[in-house]
Amino acid sequence: MTLKPRPAPDLTHSRDPAVSFDSVGLRYGRGPEILSDLSFDLPSGSFHFLTGPSGAGKSSLLRLIYRARQPSRGLISLFGRDTALMPRDALPGLRRRIGVVFQDFRLLEHLSVFDNVALPLRVAGQPRTSYADDVADLLAWVGLGDRMHAHPASLSGGEQQRAAIARAVISRPELLIADEPTGNVDPAMARRLLRLLVELNRLGATVLIATHDITLVRSLAAPVLELADGRLVSQPRAA
Amino acid sequence: MSTPDKPRRPAALLPPDHARDRPLFAVAAILVFLASLAGFGAAGAWQAAEGWTAQLSSELTVQLIAEDARDADADALDAAAQIARLPGVLSATARSRADAEALLRPWLGGAGLPDDLPVPRLIAVRVDPDAPPAPGAIEALLRDNPYEVVVDDHARWEAAVQRTAGAVRYFALGLVAILALAAAAVIAFAARASLAARWDVAEALHLVGAPDRYVTGIFQRRFFFLGLKAGLAGAGLAALAGYGLAHGAGAAGAVFFLPVPALGWSAAAIAPGAALASALIAAGAARLAVTGELKARWP
Repeated sequence: MTLKPRPAPDLTHSRDPAVSFDSVGLRYGRGPEILSDLSFDLPSGSFHFLTGPSGAGKSSLLRLIYRARQPSRGLISLFGRDTALMPRDALPGLRRRIGVVFQDFRLLEHLSVFDNVALPLRVAGQPRTSYADDVADLLAWVGLGDRMHAHPASLSGGEQQRAAIARAVISRPELLIADEPTGNVDPAMARRLLRLLVELNRLGATVLIATHDITLVRSLAAPVLELADGRLVSQPRAA
Repeated sequence: MSTPDKPRRPAALLPPDHARDRPLFAVAAILVFLASLAGFGAAGAWQAAEGWTAQLSSELTVQLIAEDARDADADALDAAAQIARLPGVLSATARSRADAEALLRPWLGGAGLPDDLPVPRLIAVRVDPDAPPAPGAIEALLRDNPYEVVVDDHARWEAAVQRTAGAVRYFALGLVAILALAAAAVIAFAARASLAARWDVAEALHLVGAPDRYVTGIFQRRFFFLGLKAGLAGAGLAALAGYGLAHGAGAAGAVFFLPVPALGWSAAAIAPGAALASALIAAGAARLAVTGELKARWP
């Protein structure tokens, strides 16, 4: 499958990294810091893996990127803008530039697979006729063409994961972050989904994949951020 | 590639929640029913006060004190004739002793009054309410006559009626306001509960870039229509009840001298107005509740 040219973000003019962390720390409430002194950049158009053992803080780091949390200290910039200085009403615009694949999928149970995948486009106000074919094509490509009317509760874990990935990429986000995107699918489907993410990256999107899957990491010559106990123990190396 | 069986219509983002909506519908309908009844009460008091005041200010009663040595009926006719010629007077009608006795009968019983009992004669005077005779004009007119008159312009009754009707009116309006506040509070609480129950929807929308107003709008529309339906049900029932009450009170009023609620066209506007107000209050309360919750969860 080839992703069709769609919102076409112009990334060529941007010298700013898509994501920049500077001495970032995060704690929940008055608890201990679960992320400490994180400093790294994800250049626009790059492809990175984020690895580390369970509890290392991978999901928390992703939450900081899609701004579900604010850092306790430090500076986070997305597309060159300091997220702490961003007014609240600018967040929807920011989030439309980011596609997120959640570990727990977060599909809406009362919507069909088709409507779940189309959700970002529907929220963006696009007419249904403009995206119906694209959604159907993408669902066919991820192997859910015959399940588009089904509801998430009737899907297997792997099918839900594919639907979640389709929802994250359907609007051609400039930044895609994925939390264990291949955790529930067989190796063949994992390779297929990875190809989709690589294709998105080839079109200019910045991609960050959090995963335990060493086979997946080794399948691409992409830089790796390695977390352990909330700290980066391995800085990105060039691809 | 085109897939022929793509869904044609998108599903509702906020699914119906009958288990939660039914009790809320009932509570909102009852509140609208009570508020509409209070509204009918306020409108009835308003119109009744207008009617009573208009009646009182367009009529005077002249009481002619009967004296043994004089023919009181003849004096009453003479006084009425003089009063009728006064500017601002539309008519003056002398009431006979028989009329006066009839008025006294409810208090003194059916037995005839002694002939030598001096029963005052009454003269009913209708005046132009826009240009009534000057105060004291009737007394001045009849001052030189050989009989004594007392003029009652109903001013003290008019003030009392105004005060009573005003109190009833403001009490009813206060009741409407309290019930509207109660409805808003109940619906705000329900909207928060609804948001908590369907937080997954709000979160999913939020994370794919929906602004607060988009998320809020979904809940607002839901509660607007719920409020409208509850309002129509409550106000419709109240209209039936009000109609029945007005007719029942009309019959009772004829027997017991009770004021009859006068439900005119302005009162007829209360039912649809209450339904619309219910919808707007529901939508507004849901909007405030959901907006506050979104800001609290995602500062």
